[in-house]
Amino acid sequence: MIFDYNVIWEAMPLYIGGLLTTLKLLALSLFFGLLAAIPLGLMRVSKQPLVNMTAWLYTYVIRGTPMLVQLFLIYYGLAQFEAVRESIFWPWLSSATFCACLAFAINTSAYTAEIIAGSLKATPHGEIEAAKAMGMSRFKMYRRILLPSALRRALPQYSNEVIMMLQTTSLASIVTLIDITGAARTVNAQYYLPFEAYITAGVFYLCLTFILVRLFKMAERRWLSYLAPRKH
Amino acid sequence: MLKGYGAVILEGAWLTLQLALSSMALAIVLGLIGVALRLSPVRWLAWLGDLYSTVIRGIPDLVLILLIFYGGQDIINRVAPLVGYDDYIDLNPMIAGIGTLGFIFGAYLSETFRGAFLGIPKGQAEAGAAYGMSSRQVFFRIMVPQMIRLAIPGFTNNWLVLTKATALISVVGLQDMMFKAKQAADATREPFTFFLAVAALYLVLTSVSLLALKYLEKRYSVGVKAAEL
Repeated sequence: MIFDYNVIWEAMPLYIGGLLTTLKLLALSLFFGLLAAIPLGLMRVSKQPLVNMTAWLYTYVIRGTPMLVQLFLIYYGLAQFEAVRESIFWPWLSSATFCACLAFAINTSAYTAEIIAGSLKATPHGEIEAAKAMGMSRFKMYRRILLPSALRRALPQYSNEVIMMLQTTSLASIVTLIDITGAARTVNAQYYLPFEAYITAGVFYLCLTFILVRLFKMAERRWLSYLAPRKH
Repeated sequence: MLKGYGAVILEGAWLTLQLALSSMALAIVLGLIGVALRLSPVRWLAWLGDLYSTVIRGIPDLVLILLIFYGGQDIINRVAPLVGYDDYIDLNPMIAGIGTLGFIFGAYLSETFRGAFLGIPKGQAEAGAAYGMSSRQVFFRIMVPQMIRLAIPGFTNNWLVLTKATALISVVGLQDMMFKAKQAADATREPFTFFLAVAALYLVLTSVSLLALKYLEKRYSVGVKAAEL
């Protein structure tokens, strides 16, 4: 069997367009996901049972159900309700891009909240005691000491989450979007060349994964160098 | 509430469970082969094991599922005429699903197993050897039981991800609960109801797994001292 390079070469603009869609979906969902994850993470370390349990329930349900079901609930499911169809949000909620971003952001916010909560809990107690000894208020302590320290230490785990999210964005192709996977499905449907189509997509994802891993390694060297083992 | 589709969806749920368990069984076998390769002293075998785990973990499950399902069908239909079978063969989505998920999660498990094997103190195997055990005995009596304990947390995670990934097999036509829910949703125009029901079923499945594996972890950790803070 011979790999048909010509078809792939001709479909390259489709793949590049798909790459841009994938990156757009990834960036938007990570941004909004992280934005929601920080308050959720803080709720997860709260000593008030009601606050803590609410955030716990949210992350438990989201992490316990498949991404595909969440996506379908938002994209197909919400249209069931007349109130949604007649609301001012309908133009957004009927768009596949918006629904995909929303579903991905909700999903990643749950996983990221748990990462942040774990990192907050692992704060060395000396840091907290020092902040208290300086007479910082609770808010100031969180803003200046706890969060900067916890977010840095969450970086290695967060890099895994980002790579998982990159892979998750491939589900967008199921709700009609032409991301990298969507481009591959289009090529396969047109030429019936499954190997060429999907292996090309796989190569794109592998390259993106390697680039992300490198970027996070650089970020870790920048922000976590104080935790690295001493070099002689 | 489910307009008579409840039984159909439960049927699909049974299929989902079968798919998840069978793929996990295959993934454990492939994961053990993968870790044997990666820890092998033979350079190119270790390289092969690393390649398997790195490439598979760097590509989305959905792409691999589509590749193996459509690609596998393509290969079978090219090879079949050569052995004198001329009808077009449709790949069974269940078998393709088990093969694909097993292959994907074998790579993730090989990573889990590798961490677990490396977590066993060297002295354990040496002590076994000092007792006069053969290397096979050391492996099965000393290494494997301890490896299981160390692998359970990672395994729990892999199992949960696999369970949730089974939903993707509906994309290539397996009539699991996701597929049945989509049919019911299209027929009744009540997608939210049915997808919510499926979400609840998945939540039950993951919750039960979590409890069972927590219990197992406790059983395997009997005799391990935990420091109290």
